[in-house]
Amino acid sequence: MSPPTGAIPVIVRILSTVGGAVGAAIVLAVVVAAVFAPFVATHDPDAINVFQRFADPSSAHWLGTDQLGRDLYSRLVHGATVAMAVALAAIGMALTIGTLLGIAAALVTARIERFILILFDIIASFPSLVLALAVVAVFGPSTVLVVIIVGVTLIPHFGRVARAQVLTLKNAPFIEAERLLGASTLRIVFRHFMPNIAGPLVVLASMDIPVVITIEAGLSFLGLGVRPPLASWGGLIYDGYSFLSDSKIPVIISSAALGLATLGFTLFGEALRDAVDPRLNRDP
Amino acid sequence: MMGGTAGYLASRLVTTVLIVFGAMLLLFSLSVIVPGDPATALIGPQATAAYKAQVIAEMGLDQPVHIRLVRFFSAVLAGDLGTDALTGRRVATVVGSVLPYTFLLTFLAIGLAVLIGVPLGCFAATNRGSVFDHVLAFISVAFIAIPSFVIAIFLLLIFTIWLDWLPVLGTGTAGDFVDQAKRTILPTVALALGWIGFIARLVRSSMLEVMGEPHIRTMRAYGIAPWLITYKYALKNAAIPTIAILGMGVGRLLGGAVLVEIVFARPGLGRLIYDAISARNYPVLQGAVLVVVLVFVITNLIVDLSYSAIDPRIRTQAGREALPR
Repeated sequence: MSPPTGAIPVIVRILSTVGGAVGAAIVLAVVVAAVFAPFVATHDPDAINVFQRFADPSSAHWLGTDQLGRDLYSRLVHGATVAMAVALAAIGMALTIGTLLGIAAALVTARIERFILILFDIIASFPSLVLALAVVAVFGPSTVLVVIIVGVTLIPHFGRVARAQVLTLKNAPFIEAERLLGASTLRIVFRHFMPNIAGPLVVLASMDIPVVITIEAGLSFLGLGVRPPLASWGGLIYDGYSFLSDSKIPVIISSAALGLATLGFTLFGEALRDAVDPRLNRDP
Repeated sequence: MMGGTAGYLASRLVTTVLIVFGAMLLLFSLSVIVPGDPATALIGPQATAAYKAQVIAEMGLDQPVHIRLVRFFSAVLAGDLGTDALTGRRVATVVGSVLPYTFLLTFLAIGLAVLIGVPLGCFAATNRGSVFDHVLAFISVAFIAIPSFVIAIFLLLIFTIWLDWLPVLGTGTAGDFVDQAKRTILPTVALALGWIGFIARLVRSSMLEVMGEPHIRTMRAYGIAPWLITYKYALKNAAIPTIAILGMGVGRLLGGAVLVEIVFARPGLGRLIYDAISARNYPVLQGAVLVVVLVFVITNLIVDLSYSAIDPRIRTQAGREALPR
């Protein structure tokens, strides 16, 4: 089967599998919550009400309240904004820098190419979470730092794929024809390489979203990522975990929300991969 | 051919040394640019000037940066990770004392994942399209996708708080092996579940790939028993990518172990790094992070070299799958 090219066949393919449909539904829910958080939430996520601590789920508080009487549902919704913002910023950064470096590696002299590849190897060889811990220890917890660290560690991921794709394209007849017609390298890169390598890179990017969400949540769970009172999923889990003896509901709900979100994005990413490029699916 | 292998070996070795040096440089830079300085961060703003000067001299912070850099590198290369400024113990001793806990957890998790994941994958491959195959496929993705610290929290809620089957928190009473073993079960399972799913999927797809190849068809034609073909010949070929990916997973497993150790309040590298951050204990933090990088890089090197010796094609296949978190 030849891979579908337009957006609609890809969407149809994703939705035609159970995993893809479930994943797409979860992704849609998270994205809507993230973008329209103030409208989707029922309460101010930071409004404290100490008389309503650890309230059970009710019509007033759909998922109950936390140790300060804050509405858990609204905090989870606003946590989606943080998770998506961190994921998009980190992956956007890695995608841009990685792609440019990868294309450059495929076009420059062998010596510079080697240098770029070794740079990729070095970056990819660092255990990112542990590295993030070391940096955060020095500069203090910060959302921007989380974005930069995660973004840098993902650069080789995109760089290697971009390079490999360009290497296969570089000597294609239509590129040679362009070159003979006098097209500049820049023109060839932006008019021909970019559109042709976009597919696999977008798939990679979508598969990296749950990875970034997990790292952000892990750091925030340790109190080293997003700063309170800003609601983040990792921070919500930490709050729930610390007050386990008072109520089990907050930790169960916030952990379940994070687990569901990462599952949804993974299912969606894999369905997208299979829909865009069936060759990547090694199932014969 | 020999030249290519030797060249590859040399370039991998050089890269590994560069990575370790890069990590050392980064850790050193972090200690230089730490807001305020490590001594103030450690003893707090209320210490007397004399005591502060003493601490600064003890930590060697009164020297110019380039001398500190040379000292740091030569000390680390000699195996000296410095002194824990809070307790006066050698950092190498402190890290060494918790290393076995993290290694135990990591290796038990990998062992469990292989022990359960490989048979599951084989069974799914030989019963392709069955209900079991579909259920396993879904459970595998779920375990791969859900962060290990979330799995850890759920295990703790279910088996400790709800069912009251297993004690958790800490490593248990010293000398009481049964108690220690009981407290190791949940952290191990929390780390292993994602890898069980991952290995099952990997073994399944590698098996299906191998099963279609001519030599397996020939065996079938010769009348060799199907179970022998599956579990001996096909599995042997499917083992290689599994080993390859496991090596790459060590870093993620260490990262996951950090969080799982904290959820279960177990001693280990993760706990050590976390406590060092809280106490602003930079020498310990530096040493512990460096050891993690070393373990990670060396494991990667060994795995990389061994699998590229067995089958160079694997390099191009890796990195296309979602790894457990």
